[in-house]
Amino acid sequence: MRLERRAAASGLMGVLAPVLAVLAAALGAALLFAVMGKDPVACLHTLFVAPLADATGLSELALKATPLLLCAIGIAVGVQANVWNIGAEGQFTMGAIGGGAVGLWLGPEGGWFVLPLVLLAGVLGGMGWAAIAAWLRTRFNAHEILVTLMLSYVAVQILGWLVRGPLQDPEGFNFPQSRQFEPAATLPLLFEGGRVTIAALFALAAVPAGALLLGRTLIGYRIRVVGLAPGAARYAGFSETSAVWFCLLLSGGLAGLAGVSEVAGPIGQLLPTISPGYGFAAIIVAFLGRLRPVGMLLAALLMALLYLGGEALQITQQLPLAATGVIQGMLLLFLLGADVLVLYRIRIGGRAHG
Amino acid sequence: MGDGVMLIALLVATLRAGAPLILAGIGELVVERAGVLNLGVEGMMLVGAVVGFAATIGSGSPWIGLLAAAAGGAAMAGVFAVLTLGLRANQVASGLALTIFGVGFSALFGAPYQSHPIPGLATVIFPDLASASPLVQQVLLLDPLVWLALAAPFVVQRFLMRSRAGLVLRAVGESAEVAHAFGYKVIRIRLAATLFGGAMAGLGGASLSLAYTPMWTENMVAGRGWIALALVVFSTWKPHFVTLGALLFGFVTIAGFQANAWGIPVAPNLLATLPYLATILVLVLISRDRLRLKLNAPASLGKPFHPA
Repeated sequence: MRLERRAAASGLMGVLAPVLAVLAAALGAALLFAVMGKDPVACLHTLFVAPLADATGLSELALKATPLLLCAIGIAVGVQANVWNIGAEGQFTMGAIGGGAVGLWLGPEGGWFVLPLVLLAGVLGGMGWAAIAAWLRTRFNAHEILVTLMLSYVAVQILGWLVRGPLQDPEGFNFPQSRQFEPAATLPLLFEGGRVTIAALFALAAVPAGALLLGRTLIGYRIRVVGLAPGAARYAGFSETSAVWFCLLLSGGLAGLAGVSEVAGPIGQLLPTISPGYGFAAIIVAFLGRLRPVGMLLAALLMALLYLGGEALQITQQLPLAATGVIQGMLLLFLLGADVLVLYRIRIGGRAHG
Repeated sequence: MGDGVMLIALLVATLRAGAPLILAGIGELVVERAGVLNLGVEGMMLVGAVVGFAATIGSGSPWIGLLAAAAGGAAMAGVFAVLTLGLRANQVASGLALTIFGVGFSALFGAPYQSHPIPGLATVIFPDLASASPLVQQVLLLDPLVWLALAAPFVVQRFLMRSRAGLVLRAVGESAEVAHAFGYKVIRIRLAATLFGGAMAGLGGASLSLAYTPMWTENMVAGRGWIALALVVFSTWKPHFVTLGALLFGFVTIAGFQANAWGIPVAPNLLATLPYLATILVLVLISRDRLRLKLNAPASLGKPFHPA
């Protein structure tokens, strides 16, 4: 068996590879369940089908897909410019801190302007955190992969300090948590009875906005040239520095928006842990969605389903929540493997000619 | 305890905190010298930590645990090799995938062992440790993994610079095409280097779960895999500088633990950020000299090689 390079990348395989990867991951998950002594069919049903059975499930799906999609769109724009923002988790956390701090500081008094300020502070929190990485990369050549990642660990510790220190709820019996946000600083629900807020609309709006940015604007074109052909980009006078700044500020801002939307939404206060790894799972969403906004919308829904199904498996099958992480990891590994089919044909037998 | 013993205790603690970073960092250095960039160190360390822990509990022998940890790390590296060397997948994305998978796998596999303390490697080897005098106790705390970590850079330096195999490995990392033209099996050499890096990362993880802590807790590697990657850059791909950097980090970590005892009133959460901030700092200091970085980095680092 050998690989033969295709004359051009296969568009069909580009679409088929994620489907193959999902099927392979489902098969892998079934194997995992069997090894752990569970009924694979029942577990797969709990994981992929049961959460979609009722309105509550669908609403929870939208709730979990929202932060994943927001973070993934930012990451994907960066990857196209060869700018790897792996620290969306940290920008998400700083967004939550920024928005949360403003919300708590404004307190009970306020009006219509409170919520926009909270959201703005969230976006700026995420942007500011990403800006550190952008500055260190453009000024000192420090690689953004390591810097954004290290800053994620720092952000989580800062949140841990704030909810035990300056932002701790004075009437919270010394629990590590902040006060509950006032209704004025909380995102309105999309519909009564669910937990989905209007943040889902921000995520949905980011899909056409992202597609427009990459496909129809000069800055989007420059980003793709910087990523695909850095030499050509330099020759054409497209600055790598501005591409790095743009990508990191954009993805940091989106991750910050996702973070503030979580705390000023379903969570309702600052806690030491506010994300089940959305920032990292969003990397999988970006790749699974082929870095294209519409693809990422589907991928975010699938990843949200994995989170929901994982919780259901924990309740009904007593499987550790970590099983979700294994399935997510398998999904990305299988996808990267299946991607070989986009650029290569598999030939069985025979010798390479020439 | 006298001041002398205190100083030795600080030194020993620094060495023990630095050992996991040296082991993983030296492994990754060899991988990168062969031209492969594996960002999955964190995931490989986690798998090594949990597999080593489980094997130690299962077999009752920490030596079998260490073997299992090395095998676990190498198996993870094998997955990376299949993707990047076999299926020609992007190295950066594959390394990230390996870490994401390792975080999940270790959490799932380790769930039954969560927060279950075991006797540390030093205690297993010297059962009378607790009754020894403070000074002897400190010296005996330097378990075989610390010695291995201190020796590994010398062995690797000699291998890379003074052996034929090391020369070939460096040639593959500098120019895979030229090495291929000379008839060397580029893919096979890169595979061997990648597996070695995985085994070392596995041992690094096991040095946390079997000697340093010693217990398994979810996500216990806590970014050390990424710090090890930064150390390789900091070292400009020279083994002895990995040791230097790792000991610096060991010291920063220990200083963070000790700060409150020394009467420095800073919140524990903020002290815990020190190793990460120090990583960024050294990365900035070393990377600002673009030319030096470029001259020292393996020229083929991260570039795939596909023989026709």
